[in-house]
Amino acid sequence: MDNRSRGKIIKVSGPLVIAKGMRDAEMYDVVEVSDKKLIGEIIEMHGDEASIQVYEETAGLGPGEEVVSRGSPLSVELGPGLISGIFDGIQRPLDKLVETEGSNITRGAFAYALDREQEWEFEAELEPGATVIGGDVLGIVQETVLLAHRIMVPPNLSGKIIELKSGRYKVTDTIGLLEDDKGVRHELSLMQKWPVRIGRPYKEKVSPAEPLITGQRIIDTFFPVAKGGTAAVPGPFGSGKTVIQHQLAKWAEADVVVYIGCGERGNEMTDVLNEFPRLDDPKTGEPLMKRTILIANTSDMPVAAREASIYTGITIAEYFRDMGYSVSIMADSTSRWAEALREMSGRLEEMPGEEGYPTYLGSRLANFYERAGMVRCQGSDDRLGVLTAIGAVSPPGGDLSDPVAQSTLRIVQVFWSLDSALAYRRHFPAINWLTSYSLYSDKIDRWMNENVTPRWSTLRQDALKLLQEESELEEIVRLIGHDALSDGDRLKLEAARSLREDFLHQNSFDEIDTFTSLEKQHRMLELLMTWYYEATKALANGVQYHKLEEMPVRDELARLKMVPEDRIVDRAAELNAQMTRELSALNLGGR
Amino acid sequence: MAREYRTIEEVAGPLMLVRGVENVKFDELAEIELPNGEVRHCKVLEIDGTDALVQLFESSIGINVDESKVRFLGRGQELAVSRDLLGRVFDGMGRPIDGGPALIPEAMRDINGTPINPAARDYPNEFIQTGVSAIDGLNTLVRGQKLPIFSASGLPHNMLAAQIARQAQVLNTEDEFAVVFAAMGITFEESDFFISDFRNTGAIERAVMFINLADDPAIERISTPRMALTAAEYLAFDLEMHVLVLMTDITYYAEALREISAARKEVPGRRGYPGYLYTDLASLYERAGRIKGNRGSITLVPILTMPDEDKTHPIPDLTGYITEGQVILSRELLRKGLRPPVDVLPSLSRLKDKGIGTGKTRADHADTMNQLFAAYSRGKDAKELEIILGAEALSEVDRIYAKFSDEFEERYVSQGFTTNRTIEETLNLGWELLSILPKNELKRIRDSFIEQYYIEQREG
Repeated sequence: MDNRSRGKIIKVSGPLVIAKGMRDAEMYDVVEVSDKKLIGEIIEMHGDEASIQVYEETAGLGPGEEVVSRGSPLSVELGPGLISGIFDGIQRPLDKLVETEGSNITRGAFAYALDREQEWEFEAELEPGATVIGGDVLGIVQETVLLAHRIMVPPNLSGKIIELKSGRYKVTDTIGLLEDDKGVRHELSLMQKWPVRIGRPYKEKVSPAEPLITGQRIIDTFFPVAKGGTAAVPGPFGSGKTVIQHQLAKWAEADVVVYIGCGERGNEMTDVLNEFPRLDDPKTGEPLMKRTILIANTSDMPVAAREASIYTGITIAEYFRDMGYSVSIMADSTSRWAEALREMSGRLEEMPGEEGYPTYLGSRLANFYERAGMVRCQGSDDRLGVLTAIGAVSPPGGDLSDPVAQSTLRIVQVFWSLDSALAYRRHFPAINWLTSYSLYSDKIDRWMNENVTPRWSTLRQDALKLLQEESELEEIVRLIGHDALSDGDRLKLEAARSLREDFLHQNSFDEIDTFTSLEKQHRMLELLMTWYYEATKALANGVQYHKLEEMPVRDELARLKMVPEDRIVDRAAELNAQMTRELSALNLGGR
Repeated sequence: MAREYRTIEEVAGPLMLVRGVENVKFDELAEIELPNGEVRHCKVLEIDGTDALVQLFESSIGINVDESKVRFLGRGQELAVSRDLLGRVFDGMGRPIDGGPALIPEAMRDINGTPINPAARDYPNEFIQTGVSAIDGLNTLVRGQKLPIFSASGLPHNMLAAQIARQAQVLNTEDEFAVVFAAMGITFEESDFFISDFRNTGAIERAVMFINLADDPAIERISTPRMALTAAEYLAFDLEMHVLVLMTDITYYAEALREISAARKEVPGRRGYPGYLYTDLASLYERAGRIKGNRGSITLVPILTMPDEDKTHPIPDLTGYITEGQVILSRELLRKGLRPPVDVLPSLSRLKDKGIGTGKTRADHADTMNQLFAAYSRGKDAKELEIILGAEALSEVDRIYAKFSDEFEERYVSQGFTTNRTIEETLNLGWELLSILPKNELKRIRDSFIEQYYIEQREG
């Protein structure tokens, strides 16, 4: 047992501790610092001196105190009990710490990530004698109503099952035995461990082509993200980054959602903790919390653990992906993570790159986002697993030339550009339709044409074009006033305004408006655009502009977003008929 | 028994290097005794083998490298707390300066505090009535929120802060209320304004003040807000009071931080501020909040003056990323004669949605708030257009919006620093103003509320 490397502290500088006598330790080993047992990680070795980033407040540490290596890198526990949990950056269960330590986080606090006492009902799906490879599903634990937790053979094991029994087990109990090719027997349990800085293996990556439906109109319709894709939401403060992240965590079509609050506000995590158990998943009607895992490293918690929280989160997400689920991970905010990186880099006295950020910022970010994707999972059944990564970026002053924003934009495929001008006008979500983009839109257009309506890509293109034309016309209006516009241009402006206010504007705090199905999005867009197409024709036909603007049906169109999902098809048909009636009356008599 | 060292090697700016020390811990507090017997304080910033790098809290004038003695105290910086904090005035290091006796401590608290476990937090959702319409009606403050005032030199942020401190009340409760005030680097006159305002209104009885003035050592400013928050935490979470913390001016605090960072030759971030400015500010702001199972709360209103009124300057920028909104004051509105000159459009309270509505303020609050924002914004656009193109270019509706926006500024925002409006008054005033607009323009308000509250204009 005690071949663990032991050293002594020689230097303490904030979260960085340097210890001597650590020659036997390995890079990225986890260490316990001083008799307070503060958790740290070795990030540099110089001879027998190890530089350690400590995940807890280091006040009161001094030279001479002992540092003991655990002999393994920073790892997370993976098994039943993760869902609905809230963990800190190094996977300590925060709800359990409240019970043992009280309302504040004390140093050296410890609790197992997975409850060691809780028993789970395991149902074996394989018989003894079966030959398995890493990733094969041994059986199921129904962890919550929403999630069957597939217990898998650990990635690096294969061989023959000697023993496997259904029953009630704790996570550390042996559920069976596996004999590998060399005849060595391995105990199987409900829990696995995996080092956070190494991506979990899969067979191959598959190019994503299906949309991740989020129920947010501007996202699904105009700037969709694919299942297994990557997206970034940069924006200045107050532009609604966190609300968008919360909306996606709530409504995105995923089996499991991992939400990382990385260096952000404590109250936001509390909000999620309060709200998610009360919100129902639109598909299953079960509380959303039953598919959610929270990683909370708020801005006042130690900065080094903030660096780790991103990795902890994505490793947990990969684990559920490996089961063949669709997993979404939201990281709010990657800028805070980058700042943690910068702070450690500064303490290590590394040569800084741009804005003091370390030169490896770009590669670390790429590393994180590349762990997303649609993959063929390990195991004999060739199941597909999906991991979609969405990161918030908080550029200083909203300036996108910031190194974190720039490095992120080089990697991600979807960019939702938040605009403070829209936020001031209380247009939410404040995603700017002129500057945002999605590199998945062509593929997803095809999917939408096949699955929603063949007219999808036409509607979408026309709507985007209309918005583009609006911005050009507004320039003109600003210079020479409304009166100078032709009726055709006025119609465009009016149609675009209606598109903005009645379609793009979406109230996340309204019970109905907060989520819009693809079907409803299609109906809304179709009706709004139909008015535009038909009104253009009518105008050419000689109908006066103001009559078109004042058509009674338009007030009804503005209220479409408040129509409940189950009534939308009928309502859309009614309004379509009403519009046709009003238009033909105008076309006949309005000249 | 603490050992004394006479091994000061160098003193540079606020930093001092002491050699040959033993058993010294990171972040430990120390005392320096000058040859004339004067004692000053410092703390350990870095400990490297037997070298301790310490940061002085006071000036380095008179420190003699050979003859000054350093004693390490074996503990971090602490504040003595008890109920008797109320009504007292301290300096930036927590020493009484009101001529009163030293505090008999109930407990000694480490001023750095410990982070609140997010799982133990209770979400802020109780409405605080500040009596200021621009805040109550549009950017509602709730208990446990951190809502800074973004201001600039020459703007009346102090008047507004004092008004909030004086008028703030939570409706329908008899819980105890206290104000903690931290002054960092402000002038004597500014601090005197607060002290006399508190004294005149009797608020001083329920207030604790920590005062670090512009001519006090800049480095003390690092401790001042932590002292104040430690006192606030004691009052809020030990004595279960509702504490409003006012901190002014965060800009000077950040500058002190930059001074130390520069002296340590750290790699600077934007505009020379240290890369950890965000983390450091968060370690202050995040101490606000509520805790489950505890009646008390800390509501934090930091004030900062934006250099050159630039919201993208690192101090307001990073603050905005941590706090739950911001109240922005505008020089343009001040010039127009608005008191307080709150620029409501870029101002924001992120927690307002949970603190308003039925049972908290009034059912129509959310709708009218959105409508007022939208209408004011449209009115301002119209006025801008008017400047460029003349009044004739405006449509009939735009002219009404322009009128609305003028009246809105004059009557709703500009209420003066002594008017205390109830939320009912604020909401009714909102309806009076909205009734300037034609009924069918009120698209963000549910019909039932329009029926109930809209005031029909008489023709002509």
